[in-house]
Amino acid sequence: MTGPADAALLAVVAIGCVRGSAALGAARWPRRSPGAAILLWQALGLGGGLAAVGALIEVGLPAGSSSVANGVLRVAHMSASGDLFPASQPILPALLRLASLVLGLALLAQLCWVLPASAITAVRARRRQRELLVLLGRGDPKVPGALVVDHPAAAAYCLPGLRSKIVVSVGALDLLLPAELAAVLAHERAHLRERHDLVVLPFTALRRAFGWSQICADAHQSVALLIEMLADDRALRARPARALAGALARFGTAGCGGADSAPDGALAVSGAAHEGEMTARVTRIMTPIPPPPAAVRFGICCAATLIVVVPVALLVLPN
Amino acid sequence: MGGSPPTPVGKVAIVNRLGDLERAIMDVLWGTPQSLTVREVSAQLTERDLAHTTVMTVLDRLAKKGFARRERDGRAWRYRPAATREAYVTELMLTALDQTGDRSAALARFAKLVSGAEASALRGALDEIEGGGGG
Repeated sequence: MTGPADAALLAVVAIGCVRGSAALGAARWPRRSPGAAILLWQALGLGGGLAAVGALIEVGLPAGSSSVANGVLRVAHMSASGDLFPASQPILPALLRLASLVLGLALLAQLCWVLPASAITAVRARRRQRELLVLLGRGDPKVPGALVVDHPAAAAYCLPGLRSKIVVSVGALDLLLPAELAAVLAHERAHLRERHDLVVLPFTALRRAFGWSQICADAHQSVALLIEMLADDRALRARPARALAGALARFGTAGCGGADSAPDGALAVSGAAHEGEMTARVTRIMTPIPPPPAAVRFGICCAATLIVVVPVALLVLPN
Repeated sequence: MGGSPPTPVGKVAIVNRLGDLERAIMDVLWGTPQSLTVREVSAQLTERDLAHTTVMTVLDRLAKKGFARRERDGRAWRYRPAATREAYVTELMLTALDQTGDRSAALARFAKLVSGAEASALRGALDEIEGGGGG
């Protein structure tokens, strides 16, 4: 199905996704139901991208194309045979249509390219980390299953992948109580088990592709925080809330705190957390708010499905 | 020939052993101020009873990965670390603590650094958490 009506509908969907992203980024309910909110972010990203690409391409197709593929092929034929700009028609509309088509295809190419590019960057950085950990990491009975690195600054993180690893610095071992360490490990294991890295990856890629876009930056940041909240919730199934919240609060205060925590190995690290993220995590662990009712969550799933299905249907269904 | 193929368990064991050897040999290189020949490295790993060729292979791997540098000394190679142990630890931790950029997307941190204002809010939360359990 092609034509001005479809192009207009797709443009409406694309603009709706942009507006929806802004609203979702500002909303409070996602921290009550991080899983549902992540699903909605994914739908907005996928649906919005498809709609934007689709609208640009539809505008650029010649009248009477039976499908998007057919239209693109017709334009290719026309340019090959040299009658892209027939003398009988004014040149400016034809030129604008062609520009829209090229822009749409370029956007599609960039969206398809950034995902593998980001994945390759991540895989390379993880390989380097693993090589270094072979030489520098050691086991410790205080953190079974994790690797310990000799550095006074507090750090705990996981390397996702097929040969996943959890890494804890000596600074973190000194900082945390045994119960808090166990909660940190449970949190990191949840990341690894549920492959949260794959959830964040497309949003990292979007941010990489459109570094100038505040919406892409906000989407990435929101999803990254929601993933942490999801892993917090998983850790709370097996570990007490006080241990997890205590670990978070201690980590947050370690860097800029008391005399005893001034680290010899202080590192110049760029970019502190966005204001309030750590506090938000601690607050929702200590004073949990029940998730929205099942009907609301079902509604969110339906909305997410619609956001993706509508542009796909507009682009794929025949007239 | 004719032997059973190595089981996954066996393969993991070999990989671990190779990692152990790389680490032991780097520890020797880091622990010596001057560069060392394969024989000199072997001599410091007496408790492991390693074949000369094994040590040579691992040193070669370390050189290929960029962790060791080697130079000709007559008919032998002499090896030294490409950087200090502390430099590698710093590299590891910088990636771990850096919160911006593509490289940092490779891993997931438990906690982030916070600003001064939020740190005091968190300190208040910590007092509450500890107070609640201390009574």
